[in-house]
Amino acid sequence: MITFAKDFKNTAARITKDLRHRGLIQRALHSYEVKRDEFKGRYQNWSEARQAASEIKWEAINHLDKYLQEFIAKLEARGTRVYVAGTGDQARDYILSVAKENNVRTIIKSKSMTAEEIDLNEALEHAGCTVFESDLGEYIVQLRHEKPYHLVFPAMHLTREEISDLFQKELGSEPTNSPEELTMIARRAMRQNYCRADMGISGANFAVAETGMISITENEGNARLTTALPKIHVAILGIEKIVPHLEDLALFLPMLATSGAGQPLTCYNSLFGGPRQPGEVDGPEQFHVVLLDNRRTELLADAEQRDSLHCIRCGACLNVCPIFKNVGGHSYGTTYQGPIGSVITPHLRGLQNWKHLSSASSLCGACTETCPVGIDLHHHLLHNRRNAINEKPLWLEKILYGSLVILLRRPWLYWIAGKLGVIFFPLHKLVNGTPLDPLHNWTKTREFPAPARESFSDYWRKKKSAKEVNRGTP
Amino acid sequence: MALPDQREAVFARIREALQRPAPHRHDGHVDYDMSGHSGVEAPPPESDAFRAWLPSVGSSIDDQITLFAQNAAALKADFRPVTSLDEAARQLAVLASENGWKRVASHRHSVASGLAEKLGLPCLLTDAGYAAADLEQCDAAITGCDALVAQTGSVLVTTASAGGRALSVLPPHHIVIARRSQIVPDLASALQLVRKLYAPNWPSFLSFITGPSRTGDIERILVLGAHGPKKLTIFLLS
Amino acid sequence: MKVSLFIPCFIDQIYPHVGMSIVKVLERLGCEVDYPEGQTCCGQPAFNSGYWDEARKIAEHSLDVFAKSDVIVSASGSCGAMMKVFYPELFQNTTRHFDALKLAPKIYEFSDFLVNKLGVSDVGARFDGTVTFHDGCHGLRELGIESQPRELLKHVRGLTLIEMKEAKTCCGFGGAFAVKFPAISAAMGEVKCASLLETGADIVVSNDSSCLMQIQGMLQHQGKPTRCLHLAEILAQT
Repeated sequence: MITFAKDFKNTAARITKDLRHRGLIQRALHSYEVKRDEFKGRYQNWSEARQAASEIKWEAINHLDKYLQEFIAKLEARGTRVYVAGTGDQARDYILSVAKENNVRTIIKSKSMTAEEIDLNEALEHAGCTVFESDLGEYIVQLRHEKPYHLVFPAMHLTREEISDLFQKELGSEPTNSPEELTMIARRAMRQNYCRADMGISGANFAVAETGMISITENEGNARLTTALPKIHVAILGIEKIVPHLEDLALFLPMLATSGAGQPLTCYNSLFGGPRQPGEVDGPEQFHVVLLDNRRTELLADAEQRDSLHCIRCGACLNVCPIFKNVGGHSYGTTYQGPIGSVITPHLRGLQNWKHLSSASSLCGACTETCPVGIDLHHHLLHNRRNAINEKPLWLEKILYGSLVILLRRPWLYWIAGKLGVIFFPLHKLVNGTPLDPLHNWTKTREFPAPARESFSDYWRKKKSAKEVNRGTP
Repeated sequence: MALPDQREAVFARIREALQRPAPHRHDGHVDYDMSGHSGVEAPPPESDAFRAWLPSVGSSIDDQITLFAQNAAALKADFRPVTSLDEAARQLAVLASENGWKRVASHRHSVASGLAEKLGLPCLLTDAGYAAADLEQCDAAITGCDALVAQTGSVLVTTASAGGRALSVLPPHHIVIARRSQIVPDLASALQLVRKLYAPNWPSFLSFITGPSRTGDIERILVLGAHGPKKLTIFLLS
Repeated sequence: MKVSLFIPCFIDQIYPHVGMSIVKVLERLGCEVDYPEGQTCCGQPAFNSGYWDEARKIAEHSLDVFAKSDVIVSASGSCGAMMKVFYPELFQNTTRHFDALKLAPKIYEFSDFLVNKLGVSDVGARFDGTVTFHDGCHGLRELGIESQPRELLKHVRGLTLIEMKEAKTCCGFGGAFAVKFPAISAAMGEVKCASLLETGADIVVSNDSSCLMQIQGMLQHQGKPTRCLHLAEILAQT
């Protein structure tokens, strides 16, 4: 039976052997790091800003009922239809019903990982709608029938040559080596879709409780177009996107841009508070906001890991993660990649099936160090591991660690084990590198050091008795 | 057929979940030992505090204009301080001929539509409604704005100040007409200004425009001109 | 100053000369060094694999062994972090919680002890050669060890320090991770080795022997001559 864990290991193994792929990702992320450090360096105090961002999100998440209520009330007061979905199915069904009621045939979509999470596109297409992904990266992976590679940069694993080939094949365009020309090809292809679409679907980066507005951060302008022209705008977002006050965005918008994209601020940061209001010249006639739970309340209930809901989906943790850099985004096999994905996926999709993501980490802590809202990411990987074992210990490991308990609480037994190791290690030569080698997982790619004939404790005992002998000599 | 809204069930789950207190982050570490907690939480910092941590902005208007100009240059936005409306009109005419504009769009605003009409080109005004296909054919849009944000080099627009949602994003060249009195130091002051100008009748749309549109989606190389305007020109009337 | 040594299991068994070097340096600096007998393991392998009950039982033994020590110098940043940072969490809601809290401030990683507790940067060492430094992740991010080793290396006569680009990138050891996910661990090791080889340094130095085990293992497998030494082994040379 192919499990998610096996899938992960197989894909990861394939990518670790693909030096070209790993090189591409390393180079892309290196240029991001340079820019990120430049703009982070302009902050008068990044770590204070980070602490503040963490406190604001703490306030929002730990009073989620209060702020969510305010958010919904403010939206509904101005004519927005708010639907709170307990599950992904419910969210999908609601959006499908809006599409059906309004005879929607063509849909233009701006980037939304929440929509990815619930496989919204598939459901809409199955119901007979045509869905255009307007964000360049999402458009590219849509044409390739692939999942997004990175939660902020969906197509970062592709070279310009691959994208040129794709556009040639799918759009009949001329081959080109220029990222500018490729972008223009996508711009031309998408232009008419904005004007003709019956419905625009967007995500949201933040939900401002105080004023009942969603905030969308982007560079391309496609989200603005998606939400300006079609008669219906549907926004889907997780319940955790809440921030308490409008002015909180003065901190979050720059930090999201700096951490996520290595920019001081992205090109467009837009707020939407309702359908077209009386006196406005354009805008959608209908504005629907779908708030998604989909097991986020389970994560909320885990007080130890509740801060994972502070996540602003900037992707910074992916960008610094040595695992991500060497296995790539598709290995994770799920909507949210990298450290944040490894922390929350066991909660959102099931601990026993997804615990391997929390195990596949050396716990280096680069993620926690970089997170702009201070989520204790790498420690949560430890917490997930503990929770998985408490629920279902692995008998072989249980025996191993049980034996270690016996051994390591008895210094004399530990000493004997050490001496046995010294005696039997030379036999290791016979099996070194073969499948019979108990250390095979190590020796496949690395030499294993031999234990020392004299351990430190032996040396110390000798040293101590030498001192005593010396003292004893008149 | 969609299920009715699930808010009661979801809120019940939220309240149940929040019965257990969560640890805080102190000095860069999460303190999982909850036993020492007094239960009194300090409120989070407010936007006035942010100023001490975000990049610094000069206090005088002139400093702020200089900073805005620097940011605009880095963003490849075309920032033009002018001393008179006539100067703006003259430069606009040059832009029109350099870029081969055939049709422009604007909205009834004290200055923007006047400047647009002076060009002598067919001019679509969005105020009374418009067809998207017509706006799509326009080569440039001339709009007003609510503020220029020095710290980030951003232009703040709303449906009210920029003729709707689409005018400032659909045509390939966006021209903004701003006044010296509209300079604000940072995002927090810009948001406070929106509150002052509009609350409680918030516009349904507002946006911080920071340069011409761009994308980093191909090999994470930044390319100017994605779906929004490829060019952004900002006139600052003193 | 009276100092108790914590020599983790794998240093005791595989890299005892690291422990011996530490003793040499500490005694040269006038410390009275003590090695509490009966110490075995900090319990990190069980802890990292999620077996916290087992980890606790092993860690309890360490709590007992070091109960009478005032200052404890750890030969490994990673094991030091286990005791200093994770023991309080591991023993939460148990009768030994207070002991764990008492132990934490007594623990020092070796370079941190020299620079910040003893106030010494020049230990009178001499070592001819070019060296590049690898930051062990636990020391770096759990204990804040970054400038201390470099400060010490700066004062070693005859030594040239060249920083590698990926100095602070994880080497891929991660304990059981190295054998549970060997392909990923090896890929990470490859990146580290490529970066250190780029510097052309003769030696790669670290404050964590577990990292050195990974790096040395890979370099030997690749047939590369670069040697791996613990910081203490450099500082012990005169």
